[in-house]
Amino acid sequence: MSSFEIKPYPEVWQALDMDVPRFDKMRLMMGDMYAKAFLGQPNRPAAMTYFDNMIAEIHGGRVKELLAAKAEGRPVIGTFCVYIPEEIVLAAGGICVGLCGGSQGSVPDAEKILPRNICPMVKSAFGFKAARICPYFQAVDFVYGETTCDAKKKTWEILDTMVPTYVMEIPQCKNPRDIALWNEEVKDFKAKVESVAGKTISEEDLAGAIKVMNNKRRALQRLNSLRHHNPTPISGKDGLLIEQIAFYDEPVRFTDQVNSLCDELDERIRQEVAVPGKGATRVMVAGTPMALPNWKIHNLVEGAGAVIVNEESCIGTRYFKDLVDETVTGMDTMLAALTDRYKEIDCSCFTPNNERISQVVKEFRDSKAQGIINYSLQFCHTYNIEEIRIRQACEQEGIPYMFIESDYSPEDIGQLQTRVEAFLEQIGE
Amino acid sequence: MYIGIDLGSRTVKMAVWDGERMVDYQIAESGFEPHRQAEKMLSAFTPTAVVATGYGRHLAAEYFADGVITEIKAHAAGIYHHFPGCTTLVDVGGQDSKVIAVNGAGKVSNFQMNDKCAAGTGRFLEIMAGSLAFTLAEFGAAALASEQEVQINSMCTVFAESEVISMKNRGIPRAHIARAVHSSVADRLAAMLARLGYGEMVAFSGGVARNPCMVALLQQRLPEVLVVVPKHPDLTGALGAALHAAKVC
Repeated sequence: MSSFEIKPYPEVWQALDMDVPRFDKMRLMMGDMYAKAFLGQPNRPAAMTYFDNMIAEIHGGRVKELLAAKAEGRPVIGTFCVYIPEEIVLAAGGICVGLCGGSQGSVPDAEKILPRNICPMVKSAFGFKAARICPYFQAVDFVYGETTCDAKKKTWEILDTMVPTYVMEIPQCKNPRDIALWNEEVKDFKAKVESVAGKTISEEDLAGAIKVMNNKRRALQRLNSLRHHNPTPISGKDGLLIEQIAFYDEPVRFTDQVNSLCDELDERIRQEVAVPGKGATRVMVAGTPMALPNWKIHNLVEGAGAVIVNEESCIGTRYFKDLVDETVTGMDTMLAALTDRYKEIDCSCFTPNNERISQVVKEFRDSKAQGIINYSLQFCHTYNIEEIRIRQACEQEGIPYMFIESDYSPEDIGQLQTRVEAFLEQIGE
Repeated sequence: MYIGIDLGSRTVKMAVWDGERMVDYQIAESGFEPHRQAEKMLSAFTPTAVVATGYGRHLAAEYFADGVITEIKAHAAGIYHHFPGCTTLVDVGGQDSKVIAVNGAGKVSNFQMNDKCAAGTGRFLEIMAGSLAFTLAEFGAAALASEQEVQINSMCTVFAESEVISMKNRGIPRAHIARAVHSSVADRLAAMLARLGYGEMVAFSGGVARNPCMVALLQQRLPEVLVVVPKHPDLTGALGAALHAAKVC
């Protein structure tokens, strides 16, 4: 366990104009955090070695791949949201990376400029750029933002002064005229990506990219359904980790690795290997995304002897539950198929959003969980308010339910530990 | 003999249960090493089992406790012992406040706890008492006696303290401000209860239930229910832990 290290690449960081001494400290801290949270877990699948290595290489190996792609003239685009159609970036030969935004470490840097009382994810992401402590942020050609919340859409205006930031308008309703606007936005996105890539995306390019992305989603769906087995063959922490890595790894390689892991998990289920043990209380998490390295809730729940078996979240099922129709042909029809798939994502920024309420209950049943922890980042108004409807649905269905509103700071760990343990006691009685 | 020990944020509470009744108890400051304080309190006894609860419960388990339960479960068990028909419990301790729904068998069926701040807790009252130069005992009594009050708007301990200071400097009598501080906590508890739902009887436990003004103001906000306070409200968690020890150990 002590041998784990997130590998340093100071020459790469220097070339990316990063704050090298500061970043190196963060690297050591994250390495310790990772070793403590992940490497001591009992009965870890052997195939997790690949994902451990993805963390060890997060600040170097993967960054070098991005830089190599850029040297070949391929675009590298940073995003913050599951509504940006990755297929278009892949079709242009480019790379799509989810940017850093899950750490308390960069929040003070953001608070020098942004207001304090806004979403911690927005602050953390902004702080990573402002302090030059995220190699991905430094490496991207541009950032593609969206209008899924007020904090983000106004922050893009400020972020644009540090890194070129384009914005896709995501509507707030799903009426036909909203979808028509959305489809135009998808076309604009394609034009933007094509202009940076210096090539026109062909139907074949897009069809290939759709297959790649669908295969990646299928692999994640497979992993999710294996986690639903009782007893579950993999910890919730490892499940979440893979969902987080999905946002920056090379998609074809990632898909192969997830499938290999799933083969191992199939075998474990046959041999009845249980993580963390048979009879552990099964908990499902719903709500806002947990961006790397935010493992706060998972650490608490699994530290108390329970296991998380499903994340109903953007870094979770919202990212992979829907596929794009692979049968359509003709560029306009294919782009419409993309819009159709992306509009199925049930983010709380939409109104009404009844689909999500039934989706939460469905995932609870599918995952054979015994209770739901609904997690919302502080100041995330839409998820915080939608909490009321999720709670009502859980009351109606008799589902044990707890709501947690928190941010990335450790100051509420004691209270949260009490709440999580009391919730597990409540489920156990 | 079974012992329940509640290592809270401000004090350590111990309840000794002989199988039929509480035969002894102790309360002491938590100090810098709460588990040492607890060990000192335990040294005079040879219990069959010790169950720990409160913030220091896991620390206690490392050193001496045979079992651990959360203070939520412990308070529910303690209140069930005092008031078996009561289905709703408000517990206000040093560091947090909780409202707990209990089923007919004394088991927790739902609960809410304050989020990451000290507003509405014993610590909040303590800080406000300090800034008004009251001892804790004077604070509740003065607030209860005050016939007038002003409005405190802030729920944050830090901002509420600034608000209190500006009130003092406007010449507002400190008893009126004391009343306002108590009202703001009572409003917060009533809002948490409204969210959770409550029965015909609401039990009030934790150290803050010793404050007569808090009890009166909570009762005032819940005119249709009976607010009850056990004899030693701050020992409820320790007693619950002792009862749990007797049941399972």
